[in-house]
Amino acid sequence: MGAEGATLEVPAREREEHPGHRKLVIIASSGELEDVWAQMIMATSGAAMGMDTTIFFTFWGLFSLVKNDKHLTGDNWMQKMVAALDRPGTEHLKLAKMNFVGAGPAMMKKLAREHNVASPGELRQMAVDLGVKLVPCQMTMDLLGLKREDMIDGVGEPAGAAAMLMEAQDAVTFFI
Amino acid sequence: MSMQIAKTLDLKGLSCPLPIVKTAQGIKEVDSGELVEALATDPGSVADFNAWCKSTGHELVEQGEESGVYRFVIRKK
Repeated sequence: MGAEGATLEVPAREREEHPGHRKLVIIASSGELEDVWAQMIMATSGAAMGMDTTIFFTFWGLFSLVKNDKHLTGDNWMQKMVAALDRPGTEHLKLAKMNFVGAGPAMMKKLAREHNVASPGELRQMAVDLGVKLVPCQMTMDLLGLKREDMIDGVGEPAGAAAMLMEAQDAVTFFI
Repeated sequence: MSMQIAKTLDLKGLSCPLPIVKTAQGIKEVDSGELVEALATDPGSVADFNAWCKSTGHELVEQGEESGVYRFVIRKK
């Protein structure tokens, strides 16, 4: 960098002790595009900051762990109805606002590409690479008729609320 | 104290959280005490790099901006 004036020297100093929380737990309950984006951005950032990061995926949040080519089928009429109304996978997320029967998400994804914003799917892969633990909620899996093989590689063992509360005891927590 | 850059990360054009994520990955490739230079265009990266260094313990040796490119020099912990 040329101009001297533009460079701000930061004095070398001992790093101040910053104990804070070294763990991050995100409860991912929403499956809407904008929320999944927030879940993945917080998780990748937390892991990049050296925080021991876990995302617990529950209810519609679980949809972003499902393979894109997976259609829900269901064993009974209620599961079949969920299957008919919604399709899981990061490629099929909808916006809570301005969805316009899919035009909103398509526009948002185009904008994101133009601004070099990583897609939720790309961020999810980065999260896996950075060591973020992706924990699916066992109860939601049962409710929606989802199995381990329906979900992407890198998803951890399913767990319940108590396990997550235990994990969250000494962590920063977000509910998204 | 040597000011030789061991690695330069070109993060220009990338948006949050990629500058930080790619720096966290890139710094793994250098040894403790070595310098990493990061070049970004995201204005949010100024606050993010300061917070990231504070949190991870890597030292932000230098930071500056020229023609919309933010430059950070980080010494690995």
